[in-house]
Amino acid sequence: MVYEGSSMKLITAIVKPEQADNVKRALSKIGVHGLTMTEVKGYGRQKGHTEFYRGSEYEVAFLPKTKLEVAVSSKNFKKVLDTIQKTAKTGKIGDGKIFVTSLSAVVRIRTGEKGEKAI
Amino acid sequence: MMKLFSKILIIGAVLLFSTALYAAEKKPVLNAGDTAWMLTSALLVLMMSIPGVALFYGGLVGRKNIVSTVTQTFTIACIVTITWYVLGYSITFTEGTYNSIVGGFSKAFLNGIGVAALQGTIPETVFVIYQLTFAIITAALICGAVVERINFGALFFFIILWSILVYAPIGHMVWGGGYLAEKGVLDFAGGTVVHINSGVAALVAAIVLGKRKSPVRPNNVVLSLIGGSLLWVGWFGFNAGSAVAANGTAGMAMLVTQVATATAALAWMILEWFSSEKKPSLLGILSGAIAGLVAITPAAGFVTPSGAFFIGLAAGIICYFACTKIKKALGYDDSLDVFGIHGVGGIVGAILTGVFAVKAVGGASGMIEGNGGQVTLQLLGVAVTVIYTAIMTYIILKFVGLFTKLRASDEHERSGLDLSQHGEQVS
Repeated sequence: MVYEGSSMKLITAIVKPEQADNVKRALSKIGVHGLTMTEVKGYGRQKGHTEFYRGSEYEVAFLPKTKLEVAVSSKNFKKVLDTIQKTAKTGKIGDGKIFVTSLSAVVRIRTGEKGEKAI
Repeated sequence: MMKLFSKILIIGAVLLFSTALYAAEKKPVLNAGDTAWMLTSALLVLMMSIPGVALFYGGLVGRKNIVSTVTQTFTIACIVTITWYVLGYSITFTEGTYNSIVGGFSKAFLNGIGVAALQGTIPETVFVIYQLTFAIITAALICGAVVERINFGALFFFIILWSILVYAPIGHMVWGGGYLAEKGVLDFAGGTVVHINSGVAALVAAIVLGKRKSPVRPNNVVLSLIGGSLLWVGWFGFNAGSAVAANGTAGMAMLVTQVATATAALAWMILEWFSSEKKPSLLGILSGAIAGLVAITPAAGFVTPSGAFFIGLAAGIICYFACTKIKKALGYDDSLDVFGIHGVGGIVGAILTGVFAVKAVGGASGMIEGNGGQVTLQLLGVAVTVIYTAIMTYIILKFVGLFTKLRASDEHERSGLDLSQHGEQVS
């Protein structure tokens, strides 16, 4: 198992869709050049909301969010985490969460490069 | 010389006499302006159903029932065309043995309607297709009450029977020289024939079928905006076209339609704004607009713009409460409020036509000109339509139910009628 002992991290951030561009721009500035974005739905403390159609109430449990995934080397990890937290924040309920998991391997498909070189 | 003189006299007398006779008969002559307007009106009213009603309803159902809903409307446009050709037109517009209720069969299969046949000042062919578009939209409106759960096969057979056994007799009673026409009930463009008729049929169908398992929110109210706007524009063919001429009555009908619609739309939106919902919604203003269009329909050729303002105001307010409060209190599941808007709006319009009719506009006086009896007549028109439609719709549904299930299976309802009944979906 050549990859054991890697200190790379995978940062998964669930953010408000309207903040996603903001986060992406800030990450570009600090040299993060790869990022995956997915439109997702979910709920947290914000819960859902209620919509009215001709007086009928509909509970909408899952709200649209944007999921960003970034793989980072150990030396960039703290900087990237802070940047996402600051730029995704609006201070209102529903700003989302950031999950960090350790990453055991990264491979660049075109060249076959492995580990931090591949990030 | 005397002979020649008497000959001239005789010829002159014959000529004079025949011109007088000609004038007395007033042989109908085709009018190009009227014909052009009625050709246009037929297109406008067809557009109200496809794609108007299809999109209006299509936007209001859940995502898994969009294909099913628009398919129902489109299919109905085809079915009713065939039933109209076979029997519908003849039953509605010819004289029959039981003329107070139904017409005869002399024009079944549109028999004898040639290129030269005239209806008033327009070709009868144009009259046939113009009236057909009314039969189509009436049947198409009913779907709104049963979407998201009706078995497509049951709907197919229901519409065949309903268009012949309910639409045609009511049309005959009001427009074809039947009972209500003789009594003097005023219905300019189809408040009873189209709206009360479809609204009551929708209510009965919603009750017979039962509630949906788990209604979901509308998938796209912008589709409904497109459909609702096509309805509004198309309605000028419906109301102004019902003058069956390009004249001042058509112009007034168009004008009062616009005033009533805008008034009802704003009334609904403002009520909603200050109610528990506290927001002026798109679906709210759209619903109010349709309610206004419905209510001005029977009145269009009989009232002034001020009459239209009050009719629109009443329709916006009453239909708002019918859809948002009364429906909830009574607990029936008329999915898209066909009864709350077309049934209730149609009744409001029918009664208020008897109130606001002005002799100088359409030749009939209402209560504001001292003819209170017109309101009684209008109530008679409402009662006959409601009773006939309710009973016949119930019987037809029970009859269709003998041969096929009226509702889609629970499993099909849960997975959505798009995939389960049509094998297609909006991705």
